Amino acid sequence: MDQQREHILDIRDLRVQYHTDTGLVKAVEGLNLSLARGETLGLVGETGAGKTTTALAIMQLIASPPGRIAGGSIFFEGEDMLAKSEEEKRHIRGGKIAMIFQDPMTSLNPVLSVQEQIAEMIRLHQKVTDKEALEKARDMLGLVGLRPERGPDYPHQFSGGMKQRVVIAIALACSPRLLIADEPTTALDVTIQAQILELMQQLKQHFNTATILISHDLGVVAQLCDSVAIMYAGRILEKADAKSLYANPQHPYTQGLFNSIPDMTKNVTRLNTIAGLPPDPTELPPGCCFAPRCAHASGACSEGSPRMVEYKPGHFVACSRMNGNGGGALGPAEERGQAHG
Amino acid sequence: MTRFLLRRILAMIPVCLGVTFLLFSLLYVTPGDPARLVLGEEATEESLQEFRREHYLDRPLLTRYGLFIYNTVVHQDMGRSYMTRRPVTGEIANTFPVTLNLASGSIVLATVMGLAFGIICAVKQYSIFDNITMVIAMLGISTPLFYLGILLILWFSVQLQWVPSSGFDSLSQRLLPWITLSATSMSIITRMTRSSMLEVIRSDYVRTARAKGQTERVVILKHALRNALIPIITIVGIQFGHLLGGAILTESVFSIPGMGRLAVDAIKARDYPIVQGAVLYIAMAYVVINLLVDLLYAWVDPKLRTQCR
Repeated sequence: MDQQREHILDIRDLRVQYHTDTGLVKAVEGLNLSLARGETLGLVGETGAGKTTTALAIMQLIASPPGRIAGGSIFFEGEDMLAKSEEEKRHIRGGKIAMIFQDPMTSLNPVLSVQEQIAEMIRLHQKVTDKEALEKARDMLGLVGLRPERGPDYPHQFSGGMKQRVVIAIALACSPRLLIADEPTTALDVTIQAQILELMQQLKQHFNTATILISHDLGVVAQLCDSVAIMYAGRILEKADAKSLYANPQHPYTQGLFNSIPDMTKNVTRLNTIAGLPPDPTELPPGCCFAPRCAHASGACSEGSPRMVEYKPGHFVACSRMNGNGGGALGPAEERGQAHG
Repeated sequence: MTRFLLRRILAMIPVCLGVTFLLFSLLYVTPGDPARLVLGEEATEESLQEFRREHYLDRPLLTRYGLFIYNTVVHQDMGRSYMTRRPVTGEIANTFPVTLNLASGSIVLATVMGLAFGIICAVKQYSIFDNITMVIAMLGISTPLFYLGILLILWFSVQLQWVPSSGFDSLSQRLLPWITLSATSMSIITRMTRSSMLEVIRSDYVRTARAKGQTERVVILKHALRNALIPIITIVGIQFGHLLGGAILTESVFSIPGMGRLAVDAIKARDYPIVQGAVLYIAMAYVVINLLVDLLYAWVDPKLRTQCR
């Protein structure tokens, strides 16, 4: 209970599945994740790792059918989201947990003015008159660096970066306690990316909102996040504070990710990659889901999922080498703590 | 906006000129002699010539067309019916409101029901309601309306005796014609609404609306429907045009004294002035409806609104 109180978000053994024509897709399979108040967590993983599904599960927005939360629990501020009524969930959505979506080009409604789209959020969660909501909406536009007079304009009159600013204004309009940003800069070009990241950094300090930043870009995550979780095939493989993880990645997958970042100082003809492909989510391998691509895989890896082990205080790794079954060839595992969560 | 409207209203002129010229050419090459049809088999050659001269039927095509345009525009006179000898404008003034009422009643019915069914089908995709509605819609599209009209008369007028089988004065008389004429359009609008809504419901901005904590009803009616409406408006406009044409058949089945029946009788009798008047009115109705559709677009889609300015 203590842990629930200090954590704003606590996800335990979350399983999300999609029923498709080709079979049951296990998008998230046994995910454990917790987030402290005010913490910024980077959720990193390649396409299809289940990052967006995790985010939608937290928002309780998994489209059903075809999707459903098959098991586990999501505690937000100590209360189980899955046990709540639709009405209660609506009050949490937007009001307490807000989300920034990946593509600003399509996440704004083309037939409503931007101030109306921000004001709608405010009217839903705060007791204000229409006029006050519109006023506050224009204030929010100013806060994200747009001219408030542009409020009556429509999304097609804004550029991509400006639209993402509007999306951020909508998300932050009701000062949520938790903000989920799903690849907020992926659809933008690099210079605009930098502006948006800087804006998010400022607003994070301004609102002191706990944030989950979903990304596949380790560079973006390094810039913004206190801690990082590496996600693969619907599970968290490694979670640590950003410094520890960037300095000393423990999981072979994380190490592979870092090795894949091209080194600008060296003249190489081929880029490093991680051999193989992510597993088919309709047919996850038994045991460690990374084992088929892992250079250190042993027999133990295909027997049961490896538990999360605290390699160093605050640095958790799910690898059988840490569990004491494997070789431990890479890096010392001095402090083997108990399983987390 | 005013400039846009003005431009569109001016554009009606060449359209009406084009339609009437095409009609004149068609009537010119159509076999059948109005003089003989009006005066009968026993008419003398002299009286036939006299009739043709009186109605300028012996003049070349362009002269006749020019005279028609001149009289219509300057004197608001489209001539007299060969058969009844009454002015065309009067005949049309008597019948056009009936046809317009029939078509508008049907399009309102088709749009309201089509939207409602389409939205429910999209929200409850693959449900029993959706499946049954889609089958009925398919039947609605494929059943010829004169056949549907006769069936409805048999069931509701002859067997159940709920409503009269002919006339168009009271609401109970109008019910069956409206349903008959709207069946096809209603089916098409239902299917269009369903597919358009399905596309929009899966879009990112609808997800954004849900992420705001908005109620499902507002998500569907405010965020999804307004976007889905754009292609639906096109279909409604086209269907209204079809309904004006379809009204002719419905008027025959239900013995409604509308312009459709007037036009069909006039074509059979080669009563050129009536045909010309009726076609001109229908063409103008088409153009006006298209203008209304464009205005609706601008109302729904802000992208067009900024262009119209």
